[in-house]
Amino acid sequence: MATSAAPADALIHARGLTKRFANLVAVDAIDFDVERGEAFGFLGPNGAGKTSTMRMIGCVSTASGGTLRVLGMDPVADGPRIRARLGVVPQSDTLDTELLVDENLFTYARYFGIAREEARRRAEQLLDFVQLKDRARDRVEFLSGGMKRRLTIARALVNEPDLLLLDEPTTGLDPQARHLVWDRLYRLKQQGVTIVLTTHYMDEAEQLCDRLVVMDKAKIVAFGSPRSLIDQYSSREVLELRFPIDATPALDKLDGLADRVEVLPDRVLLYTTDGEAAAAAIHTRGLRPESTLVRRSTLEDVFLRLTGRSLIE
Amino acid sequence: MTGALRVLEHNLIVYRRTWKGSVFMSFVSPVLFLAALGFGLGSLISRGPVRTVDGLSYLAFLAPGLLVATAMQSGYVETTFPIMARIQWERTYEGMLATPLRVLDVLAGEFGWLALRLGLGSVAFFLVMLLFGTVHSGLGVLAIVVSVLTGLAFAAPILAWTATQRTTTSFALIGRLLITPLFLLGGVFFPIHQLPQLVQGLAWLTPLAHGVTLARSLSVGVLPSSAGINVTVLLLYAAAGIVAARITLKRRLVT
Repeated sequence: MATSAAPADALIHARGLTKRFANLVAVDAIDFDVERGEAFGFLGPNGAGKTSTMRMIGCVSTASGGTLRVLGMDPVADGPRIRARLGVVPQSDTLDTELLVDENLFTYARYFGIAREEARRRAEQLLDFVQLKDRARDRVEFLSGGMKRRLTIARALVNEPDLLLLDEPTTGLDPQARHLVWDRLYRLKQQGVTIVLTTHYMDEAEQLCDRLVVMDKAKIVAFGSPRSLIDQYSSREVLELRFPIDATPALDKLDGLADRVEVLPDRVLLYTTDGEAAAAAIHTRGLRPESTLVRRSTLEDVFLRLTGRSLIE
Repeated sequence: MTGALRVLEHNLIVYRRTWKGSVFMSFVSPVLFLAALGFGLGSLISRGPVRTVDGLSYLAFLAPGLLVATAMQSGYVETTFPIMARIQWERTYEGMLATPLRVLDVLAGEFGWLALRLGLGSVAFFLVMLLFGTVHSGLGVLAIVVSVLTGLAFAAPILAWTATQRTTTSFALIGRLLITPLFLLGGVFFPIHQLPQLVQGLAWLTPLAHGVTLARSLSVGVLPSSAGINVTVLLLYAAAGIVAARITLKRRLVT
C-alpha cells in the first residue's frame, strides 16, 4: 500500500505478506511498516485478516508468502528471540484459571526466564499499574471481563516488551471497562511503548492510533492517520437523518444537499462540510425526518465509503 | 531445556493447591484394591486346588500388575481432558507459546511433570506393596521405574491423539476400547497365557503386558530374559508418542 521506503529501524516490516489456509486467503499480499514508539492499528470487520496478521507478527503462524521482519529478525528463524521481546494480548484471554491472579504474572515472567525475585517484583508493580493490586490473591475466574483483560495486559508487559501486540483489546467490554483499558494503553504509549492493535471499533482506533490501515477481505484498502483518512475519504461533518419507517424520501429529493449520500437500513447519512446548513435545507425542501443529528465524521464513515458496508453488522 | 523446566515449574505451582487430595488417593486406591482382591479373593485362591498363580501367592502376583496398570490409567487420564483444556478451553498453551517457549519445551515440560507425577503415584503404591509384604527383593524397587515408563508409553501417544481432537467424544472410547479391556485382560488379574492365542498376541502388542511382566519379575528379584524386549517396547511407545505429539501439537497451535 502507500507506504514510503522502510526506514532501517522499523520494528515491523511487511511486504507482500500473505497467509493462505486450505482454501482461503486470509491475508492477501499486504505491505506496512510499524515505526518505533508509534501506535499502529489494523481496523476492519471480523474476517478481514487482522488476527492472521497479528499471529504472523507474533511468530505463532508462518507466512505463506511475502516478507516479514519483526524487530529486524525473521519470525521463522528467530521465533523465540523475537517473542522474548514481544508482549501479546490475544483476542480471547488465555489466563491460567488454575492459578491465582499474581501467580499468573509470576509464572508468565518465568517463561521469559526472569529470576524469581524480579518476577515477584514485576508482578506487584504491574498489578498496581492495571489497578488490580487488591485482587492479587484472588482466583482468576472471579474477575470481571474488564479485570481479566487488564490482567492479560499486565501479563503481556511482564517482560518489558519492545512491542506490544493487542488483538481486539476491548471487544466485549462495557464502556467503563473499555475506558479503563484505553487509559492504561494511553499511558503506555506516553511511556514510549510501541503498540500494534487490531480493532473493529472506530472510536478505539481514533483514540489510540497514530497511524492505521483499514483492512477488508484480506487486503489493505486505506492507510494513514485517523485524521488524514477522514479528510481523504469523508467530509468534515455528517448529517444523520432518521425517517419514519417506510417514509425514507427518494434520493433525488436530497440532490445537491451534500457531497455524498449513504442510505442505511435505519438512517440516511449526508456527507457535507456544513451539517447545520444541510439540515436547514432539508426542512426548506419540506422533508420531515424524525430526528436529525450533526456530528463529526468518524472512521466508521471512512469504512463505509471504502467498502460500502458499515463495520459491525 | 530451561524452557521445559519453566513449564514444569508452572505445573508445580498449580499442584501446590491440589497435592493433598492427590497424594491421599495415591495411597487409598492401592490399599483398597490389594485388600479386596489380594486378600479377599486371594484367600479363596490359596484355599483352592491351585493355591498359587505362576508360583506366587495371588496377592504377590496381583500387586506389581496393579502398580503398572494404575500408571497406565494415570497416563490416560492426565493426557485427555486436562490437555484438551490447555489446548482449547483454557488456551494455556497459546499463552505459553506467545513467550520464548517452543512446542517442544511445552511437551518436554508436560512429560517431565507427568513422569514426576507417575513417579510419586508409583512410590506411594510401592510403599503400600511393602506394607502388604508383596515385595520379595531389593530389585523390586525397579518396578517403580517400569511403572513410570509404562505410564509414559500410554501418555505420549494419547497426548498426540488429544492434540488432533476438537471434541472429547473419542476420550471415552479410548477408555472403553483400550484402557479398560487392557486393565481387565492385559495380565494384571490373571496370566496372559490363559487367554486365547490371538488375544495373547494382541496383548503383547501393547505396552501394558510388557510393563506388567517386567514389574512382576522384578518384585520377586528376577530379571527376566525378556527384559530387553520389554524395556524396548516401552521406550518405543513413549518415544514414538513424543515425536507424534510434537507434530500434532505444533500443527494444532502454530498454524
